[in-house]
Amino acid sequence: MIPAAFSYHRPKSVQEAVALLAELGDNGRVLAGGHSLIPMMKLRLASPGNLVDLAGIGELKGVRADGNDIVVGAMTTQHELIASNFLADKIPLLRETSLQIADPQVRYLGTLGGNVANGDPGNDMPAVMMCLGASYNLSGKSGERRIAAREFYQGTYLTALETGEVLTAVRIPTPAAGHGWAYEKLKRKVGDYATAAAAVMLSMKGGKVESCSIGLTNVADAPLWAQEAGRILTGSTLDAATVKRAVAAAEAITSPASDTRGPAQYRTKMAGVMLARALDRAKSRARG
Amino acid sequence: MAKSQIELKVNGKSVEALVEPRTLLIHFLREQLNLTGPHIGCETSHCGACTVDLDGKSVKSCTMFAVQANGADLRTIEGIANADGTLHAIQEGFREMHGLQCGFCTPGMITRAYRLLQENKNPSEEEIRFGISGNLCRCTGYQNIVKAIQFAAAKLNGAPFQEAAE
Repeated sequence: MIPAAFSYHRPKSVQEAVALLAELGDNGRVLAGGHSLIPMMKLRLASPGNLVDLAGIGELKGVRADGNDIVVGAMTTQHELIASNFLADKIPLLRETSLQIADPQVRYLGTLGGNVANGDPGNDMPAVMMCLGASYNLSGKSGERRIAAREFYQGTYLTALETGEVLTAVRIPTPAAGHGWAYEKLKRKVGDYATAAAAVMLSMKGGKVESCSIGLTNVADAPLWAQEAGRILTGSTLDAATVKRAVAAAEAITSPASDTRGPAQYRTKMAGVMLARALDRAKSRARG
Repeated sequence: MAKSQIELKVNGKSVEALVEPRTLLIHFLREQLNLTGPHIGCETSHCGACTVDLDGKSVKSCTMFAVQANGADLRTIEGIANADGTLHAIQEGFREMHGLQCGFCTPGMITRAYRLLQENKNPSEEEIRFGISGNLCRCTGYQNIVKAIQFAAAKLNGAPFQEAAE
């Protein structure tokens, strides 16, 4: 399996990368960890004439606090997300999710930026970022802009990323201390995409849900933010009847494909099961 | 397409070479450097037979271009044995615990286990199984591979290996 020929570029700064991509237009493609793009190139489903490798750009790495937000550089790998004690403390949902992505070798190279920018509904981080209310920093020829994860995804491999733009960082509002979290993923084996998966963030006060946000992975042609389900749960004690209504509301917005992971109806039901489990676990972790 | 000049360290030796940008690292290692220890199994980044150690990371060399390894410090199964030619504790573990049958997955397994034991000197059985979950073996059922890694961990820690009761 040999990819089509291409020219390789390794810029040293975002500025240089953006200038290169502007010049290359549709003939240039960004290379991050490569674990989605290179398999596609080997299958010749992608054959970019130029690859712009971001690996040499130091400013795209690392995790830092910025006011009330936590900013994660796009080239930060899943392995680095797992290893970060700062993130494990502030946003433990990220470690829980990263550990369920692919396998150790892939996590050493696979990046957060690649995972969220790729636009594959099978990727796990997009729904997690919608759940967290994250936004993405995009750099292009005409400057920088920021877009909410909840507005970024338009369909399979269709995102708000314009030709020539680079996703440089992910900005996540620091969750409240004492929040509950969970990412529940049903997969057939290690390394598989989700049959269905659910991300939950919630905070409790006096035994009642103060806020609740839910993301769903791989049960539509784009990741989903289950806003209505979260609204139903807010103010409740997560009693069985309310959870059932919320699960039904989440299932109602799914439209999965029937594929080797199962028929569409099954995958919709599994999204509901993953959500119920994630709510349960998030509740057990929440304080207050 | 113009070739790119790359310089890297492979098993402790400096290497300079010209590669086409599309040359996968596994093809570069096997065909240009004649290092045929890393195997081509699935070619789709599932099986882990092509695993090599690159700058302290286990990577699947079928899913990386050789140009991306420019400047890297790389180790293959050929560079795992001790400097005096004796077997590394992990290799010894695979021999003593019958950690291989056909042997095809073994270079990737050992190279992956090498990094796992650098990061976690005393892994539990569960941590070993999770740590090698990117390497597939179609013969052993993994039991003896896990034992081989436990053997190596014990040896590297200077403790005798005790098999858990079955």
